[in-house]
Amino acid sequence: MSRVIGLKCRECGAEYPAVIQNTCYECFGPLEVNYDWDFISDHIDKKKIEAGPKSIWRYADLLPLESEKRIDLGAGFNKLHHAQRLGAVLGLDKLYILDESVNPTNSFKDRVTSVAISKAIEFNVKAVGCASTGNLAAAVGAHAAKAGLPAYIFIPATIELGKIVQMLIYGPNVIAVEGTYDDANRLASEVADSHPDWAFVNINIRPYYTEGSKTLAYETAEQLNWQVPDHIVAPMASGALLCAISRGFKELERVGFVDNADVKVSGSQPLNCSPISSAVQKNSEVIPVRNFETVAHSLAIGNPADGYYAKKTILDSGGYAATPTDTEIIEAIHLLARTEGIFTEPAGGTTIAGLKKLVESGHIQHDERVVVYVTGNGLKAQDTLLKSLQRPPVIKPMLSEFERLSAPSIEIHKQHVTPLAHS
Amino acid sequence: MVKVRFSSALSNVTHSRETIIEVGNTTVKTVLDKLVQQFGPDFEKRILEKGEVRRFVNLYVNGEDIRHLSGLDSPVKDTDEISILPAVSGG
Repeated sequence: MSRVIGLKCRECGAEYPAVIQNTCYECFGPLEVNYDWDFISDHIDKKKIEAGPKSIWRYADLLPLESEKRIDLGAGFNKLHHAQRLGAVLGLDKLYILDESVNPTNSFKDRVTSVAISKAIEFNVKAVGCASTGNLAAAVGAHAAKAGLPAYIFIPATIELGKIVQMLIYGPNVIAVEGTYDDANRLASEVADSHPDWAFVNINIRPYYTEGSKTLAYETAEQLNWQVPDHIVAPMASGALLCAISRGFKELERVGFVDNADVKVSGSQPLNCSPISSAVQKNSEVIPVRNFETVAHSLAIGNPADGYYAKKTILDSGGYAATPTDTEIIEAIHLLARTEGIFTEPAGGTTIAGLKKLVESGHIQHDERVVVYVTGNGLKAQDTLLKSLQRPPVIKPMLSEFERLSAPSIEIHKQHVTPLAHS
Repeated sequence: MVKVRFSSALSNVTHSRETIIEVGNTTVKTVLDKLVQQFGPDFEKRILEKGEVRRFVNLYVNGEDIRHLSGLDSPVKDTDEISILPAVSGG
């Protein structure tokens, strides 16, 4: 007996064995893991989870691995901060932030990658790979290094220098592609299709990969004493993360760990690249975007694979979607850092800026318990943030020089004058 | 002579990963019509639904998604390459 029956098409329901495959041969629909929920319900134990490792693997009974051999750098089980100072600014008493910037490679992508590379080991593949806007590349590079597997990573050539440095240090084969993420992703899809014994985490083993993000929902509920929040806000690129979090809450209800999964699900995308948010706001089809430029490189996907499902998840739950501008995204990064001590990259800024807009527009109520997912670390995007900061004043090492700087704390809070990058 | 490359997800219908269509300058729709003639209704039902490209099918002309061109009316030159790929990757 196993907790995994196989794979199942989300569109037509066609079933397949648990192999390297992401597409239904009948209708081209996406495949998802088909679990034996009776088996899981009979074997899962809340106390075992609570006594388990402080990582995503405490939830192994809800993940699609067959063996105990895991590529584990320690992703997950991160702190759910009660964000009282940010909450006070936004008028939310019960605001919580799950901080993903502290994962092994500093983004939530370590969760999905740990699951996917562990699954790739089960499939006995010769290499792993991915298409990435940067964060996934670092996660795959690190986990592939730990697994001793070669990695092929396809990125758009324009992403942040900090992310390129981080991914290169792990020694994967990085291929920078002219064009957008969608171009890199298409090329990677064709490469994956030509090498059936390579596992591309977000392409041909994507059904297993996306399962890793469900652990964000599990961790949220566990840290809220096995209760679900009223409302969550997540950033959206492909839309897979938001869908997985929603699915995670529903699964906890299914196994009886929470009383209900009535969570409003809201998303945020940068205005300049917002195919899903725009579809939610207009209640229209998700229309791919071809040309876009935004500071939120990790959310810059013009043709989101899970856009259709993300829009449906949001609207079915009673949530909404925000479209902050690049300026609002940068301001939100500053706001989060200065109120909660969490330094996030523009994807996290997009989420916080989106949260602010959703509160202001009345889509999030002031008395709701809100959980926000800050998915990546600001150190990865320093070149973007330099432009919004001022180089600190330089003085001689003399007390009189310090005293001459009148009200230094006020100066520090005014650091928006001269761009550091150009000074 | 238009070269068409297929995803392995179509292998049970096309039994090969690429084919050559002998047409002059034309449209994506005409190329698809020729492919349906060649591979039959099983090919058509995987790619088209009510005359439109299915939601989870991506069709590219020289690497450009036809949704960013003119859809099924997108022009195809006789030296072009068309790729048919699943849309469910990435992110």
